[in-house]
Amino acid sequence: MKYILLFCGTREGSGPASSPEDVRRAYAGVGDWLTRNSSRIGSIHQLQPPDTATTVLLEGQRRPVVKDGPFLEGKEVVGGYCEIDVADLDEALELAKTWPGRTQAVEIRPVVPHDLPAELDRP
Amino acid sequence: MTDADEAGPGAQAARATASPAQAHAAVAAAFRDEAGHLTASLVRSLGDFDLAEESLQEAVVQALEHWPAEGIPARPGAWLLTVARRRALNRLSRDARYAAKLAELAREPAPEPAPEPDNRLQLVFTCCHPALRREWQVALTLRAVFGFTTGEIARAFVASEDAVAQRIVRAKRKIATAGIPYRMPGPDELPGRLPEVLAVLYLLFNEGHLATSGSGSRRDLSQDALWLTGLLCRLLPAEPEALGLLALMRLHLARADARFTDTGDLVRLADQDRSLWDHDEIAEAVTLIERAAAMRRPGPYQVEAAIAACHAEAPSFESTDWMQVVALYDLLLEMEPSPVVRLNRALAIWRVAGAQAALRELDQLAAELDGYHIYHAARGELLSDMGRDEQARAARLQAHDLTHNQAERSLLRQRLVP
Repeated sequence: MKYILLFCGTREGSGPASSPEDVRRAYAGVGDWLTRNSSRIGSIHQLQPPDTATTVLLEGQRRPVVKDGPFLEGKEVVGGYCEIDVADLDEALELAKTWPGRTQAVEIRPVVPHDLPAELDRP
Repeated sequence: MTDADEAGPGAQAARATASPAQAHAAVAAAFRDEAGHLTASLVRSLGDFDLAEESLQEAVVQALEHWPAEGIPARPGAWLLTVARRRALNRLSRDARYAAKLAELAREPAPEPAPEPDNRLQLVFTCCHPALRREWQVALTLRAVFGFTTGEIARAFVASEDAVAQRIVRAKRKIATAGIPYRMPGPDELPGRLPEVLAVLYLLFNEGHLATSGSGSRRDLSQDALWLTGLLCRLLPAEPEALGLLALMRLHLARADARFTDTGDLVRLADQDRSLWDHDEIAEAVTLIERAAAMRRPGPYQVEAAIAACHAEAPSFESTDWMQVVALYDLLLEMEPSPVVRLNRALAIWRVAGAQAALRELDQLAAELDGYHIYHAARGELLSDMGRDEQARAARLQAHDLTHNQAERSLLRQRLVP
């Protein structure tokens, strides 16, 4: 089953600002994690902060409207994501629990399989 | 005493029982023995949790219609499995996508609730997966493991049938779409997963234990929870926390007869007639605690059981080893800090260091426990002990207004009368 791990945090982050050494260590940890789990991991991306986002509004507009900033306005932000292919949620959980990045939480979202659209799910 | 108690575990034999209540209890006991096996076996053969659970539920509803009048079949499990499989096949045949599955099922030999390795554990761990919210876990466990109907769950938790049905639908949808596996957690996952199961079982137990005036048709949740905890202990003999919870439940039940008056009023621990306690049962529960302790992996349920044992083994309220009780609460707080545990600790402090000291502890919990009736009831007792009657009355009044349980309300009402 495919899942996306969403690496989540708040805009302010938590705890004291990190030293360059902390950052370096975190990247090294992520590198190890990727190597260790390479067979289960698809693409992985870190995102630039939300103030770099540009949003195209589609619904309720006569034509697409481009605006500065993110669509989701909450305090919480997604800082990156990773696609994984594992047997089930337990295996996804095991991967998420070992994620070494500097992230407050990891949200696990199952990916809709292409051959079975969601609306076919039996009632 | 409930109907389920009277019927006992051998209730399948009770053919052609007289009263509907007895028949219902016999049905309940049969389900308790069979439902988990059947769901587990259906999940395995159908490869679909939702379909398995739904089909068994339909079989259970049929059984409830037929068994009370026609008597319980000699092999209730086989009866349920046959009906459930027929239902599943019907459903599958209406759905073209399952043609292959259907052919495979039709080829299978006649069903038999086989004495295969007990896979009810897988079922329990799936129903109590931490990715499901607690109220879903509870509803799903009751349906899939105990064979409760949606209506029975609704009555047990004073919820509407619609609300319960919604919980079950959502839980099963999440199991399917999020890929929650149907399997037993591995040894390294077990420490994280077992507490989830034990919490559901303890919640069920307490729900049954607190309820007093169940109508004849209401199943006794505490007996069901006790049974499954016992099963868990047999299947996971090296888990001291499961044993701890079993001991804790048995210590509660051993004293159950003294908890209520003939008219259904709750009796406080201090006022209970200890000769009504089942002392053999208490002794057995204590040996369970000792067995758990010998494994040298202490945990909150073992400590709670040890606290219950302190009370259960004391010849009188006054002779309770309160110092030991306080020490055990300290241990429990280290394991899982909770305001309710601090409240209980404060009540033990009352016996060791007096009402004033206890009240000081309690006051620190005001913000967290303001909506909890026991907090106000405890304050009432302490204030009354200190002679501050007006304040005591106000606290008891608040406790009374916050509780919905009839027996607790009536006890609090009595305490309001000087």
